[in-house]
Amino acid sequence: MAMLELNNVHAFYGNIHALKGISIEVNEGEIVTLIGANGAGKSTTLKTISGLLKPRTGSITFEGEDLTIFPAHDIVYKGIALVPEGRGVFAKLTVIENLDMGAFSRTDREGIAADLDRVMTLFPRLEERRKQIAGTLSGGEQQMLATARALMAHPRLLLMDEPSMGLAPVLVESVFETIQEINQEGTTVLLVEQNAHMALQVADRGYVLQTGEIVLKDTAKGLRDNEEVQKAYLGME
Amino acid sequence: MVKSWDIDLRIPLRFGLIAGLIALMESVIGIVTLSWERSLVANVVTMGQVLLFAPAIVIASMAAKQANQDKKLVSLLYGLVTGFLTAIPLIILIAMATAFDLRQFMPNVSPALIELLTFGRSPVAGSLILLGVTSLMGLLAAAFDFLPKFIQRPLLMGLIVTLTIGIFSEILSNRLRDLVSVDFSRAIFEGKALKTIIAAGLFAFVAVLNFLWNQFQEPIRGAFGSLPPRLTRVLRVLVILVLIALGLLIPTIAGTYLSEVINNVGIFVLMGLGLNIVVGFAGLLDLGYVAFFAIGAYSMAVFTTEGPLGVSNMSFWAAIPFCIVIAAFAGIVLGVPVLRMRGDYLAIVTLGFGEIIRILALSDLLKPYIGGAQGVLKIPKPTIINFFAVIRDFFVNLFRGLPLPKAPFETIDLIKPEQFYYIVLAGCALAWFVSWRLGESRLGRQWMAVREDEDVAEAVGIKLVSTKLLAFAVGAAFSGLSGAFFASKLTSIFPHSFKLDISINVLCLIIIGGIGSLPGVVVGSIILVGMPELLREFKEYRLLMYGILLVVMMLARPEGFIPSAVKRREMLTADEQMQASAETESAAGD
Ligand SMILES: Nc1ncnc2c1ncn2[C@@H]1O[C@H](COP(=O)(O)OP(=O)(O)O)[C@@H](O)[C@H]1O
Ligand SMILES: [Mg+2]
Repeated sequence: MAMLELNNVHAFYGNIHALKGISIEVNEGEIVTLIGANGAGKSTTLKTISGLLKPRTGSITFEGEDLTIFPAHDIVYKGIALVPEGRGVFAKLTVIENLDMGAFSRTDREGIAADLDRVMTLFPRLEERRKQIAGTLSGGEQQMLATARALMAHPRLLLMDEPSMGLAPVLVESVFETIQEINQEGTTVLLVEQNAHMALQVADRGYVLQTGEIVLKDTAKGLRDNEEVQKAYLGME
Repeated sequence: MVKSWDIDLRIPLRFGLIAGLIALMESVIGIVTLSWERSLVANVVTMGQVLLFAPAIVIASMAAKQANQDKKLVSLLYGLVTGFLTAIPLIILIAMATAFDLRQFMPNVSPALIELLTFGRSPVAGSLILLGVTSLMGLLAAAFDFLPKFIQRPLLMGLIVTLTIGIFSEILSNRLRDLVSVDFSRAIFEGKALKTIIAAGLFAFVAVLNFLWNQFQEPIRGAFGSLPPRLTRVLRVLVILVLIALGLLIPTIAGTYLSEVINNVGIFVLMGLGLNIVVGFAGLLDLGYVAFFAIGAYSMAVFTTEGPLGVSNMSFWAAIPFCIVIAAFAGIVLGVPVLRMRGDYLAIVTLGFGEIIRILALSDLLKPYIGGAQGVLKIPKPTIINFFAVIRDFFVNLFRGLPLPKAPFETIDLIKPEQFYYIVLAGCALAWFVSWRLGESRLGRQWMAVREDEDVAEAVGIKLVSTKLLAFAVGAAFSGLSGAFFASKLTSIFPHSFKLDISINVLCLIIIGGIGSLPGVVVGSIILVGMPELLREFKEYRLLMYGILLVVMMLARPEGFIPSAVKRREMLTADEQMQASAETESAAGD
């Protein structure tokens, strides 16, 4: 049984049919990526998993437990943390306060301290800027902070929504390196990306989403070699 | 950075016209005439003079600062021209008033006003004198800026303190008469003003004190910092004890009238602390906050009244918990429908809720229970056991071998404002303590997260529903307690005491004080509730001052008088950003 299973999930915004029966599996220890064009439904998929949007039909299970019955604020207690699209940090709070908030769901002081050390080693930039207001960080630093904030909940599954969006090419590379590092430390990652090129390099497997439907699923290598994917998402002729 | 090496006459022109228009407006609405004879310092300066000439002085100084720093002549010129121009609108007014009778349109443009604007001379001679006076003031204001900062600041401080004491001379002299003696009061005050010599002494004293403080602040702070921590802790406890003692002594020092004013301030402090939780901590804009004040007041009223509407003969003390619980419950009832709303929508809905409560109180529907427009009368004042007498009797009887005092003990009614003060003080202290503890608690963190970003808050595992409802409930509870005090203090309440302006007043006072800051609530209440009360002699003009204060405050200090830590940081970073961008700009210019 996979860690996370979406089975024939349909989701709506009013009467906009955003997800048309998608099924996704994420196994423990993997990096799975969900690629697709703008508006394909990638963010919607993550919102449905994290409880911000309830699927109309279909099931979502995490480690065998039905997720759809839980409100969004309970999902984090199950071990799933979301790094939302467009950063998602408390802009007026300092770096350290943001990280502190990230551990809101926990009460184990030692564990929190250990995770704080861990994210600070992962992102030395944040260590230097402990007392800085999050809103005044650069885009790349805010992305680091959002990821670090999510890691402070000590999730077993990390959902990341376009972490490379709007970053300079140099930074993009380091974002993906960090994702690999986080994964190697034992966190499973579901990564949503428009930057299919990079995503398919770090991922184990991938799904291609098109207007709310999964049109392809394969190993990352399989997708990289797929002609249609090359044409549509990797910009190769 | 503006680099104006040349003289730009548009600057003093603009500033001068603004100053002139302010002075003109003050004259036309009549406040200058009203306060012309009202001395602040006997035979030296009156309130009217301050009001009339303050624009010239303050704005000329602002204009002078626009000149490049090392161009002293330019800044003098700016000051002079600004001062000169300030008089122009007034002179036009003098000319028009001499030619026509303006009182049809502007009832306050009286011969008395013209006479004082022309210093009792002919229109032409008077206008010239006025022109000379404002020009000179502009010039002096510009020159004042050449003084080094360490001299400027003490002089300003001395001036402000002396004039403020001058304004409140009447109240202060009455208190001194009661507390010390008539002769002492007469030695310091003359009529409604400070005596000249005393004012000079006070000015010098404050200036010197401020000078010394500025000079030796650092070493003193350093010395305190290097004291052993145990000693600093002892000192801190001592300071707190002194503050408590002072708090307990206030009614004795303040007397009946001032105690009444302080009680009104306290009732607003209590409400302010509650709204501060809702708006300041949790970021939920509530414009119907008066509703909970009304609910608390009506609960106290019907539970305790001796009139026909009473439902029980509860004492003040027994009713208090009910008032708090009922108001908190009402907070939750309002909270549920507005949970999904944000910002402006929330403000509108809560506004409606506030009005609904007032209209319900007025309605025929509830008239049999809460009296409609006739309100609820005969609400008793609180009664407490006379501990002092009981303890005294205990010891006296102990020595004499008489039976010791037993329940029911002797009681006293807290009728006088000086007595009621302690109830208000206790309520405020409790609310302060609860706010402070909650602010630091886990719930406080939840409120902060919800205020900053609801979506991220939810993502880190915060329950929006209970977090928001708790903010509404706690805020409403404080307001309900405040309303309960209010009802008992007035002994009768009517629906028209619970209008929208109370909600707005409370919101303004927490903004002026510094949103999210507890000391800010107190400062805001003193300024917006206490001051207008003390300045009653200025009639409706005090509302104008109130409005001006709000505008000036929001322009000059948008973070409030005593900003909370988060707000202060935000402002600091904004400043730093400006500084940083200015630096890059100048670097790019090189
Ligand atoms: N809050 C919303 N209300 C209505 N429609 C929405 C909303 N969010 C997204 N959609 C629609 O749902 C579809 C999928 O959007 P989204 O999941 O954000 O795409 P992606 O993340 O892949 O770019 C789009 O057609 C989008 O217009
Ligand atoms: Mg998206």
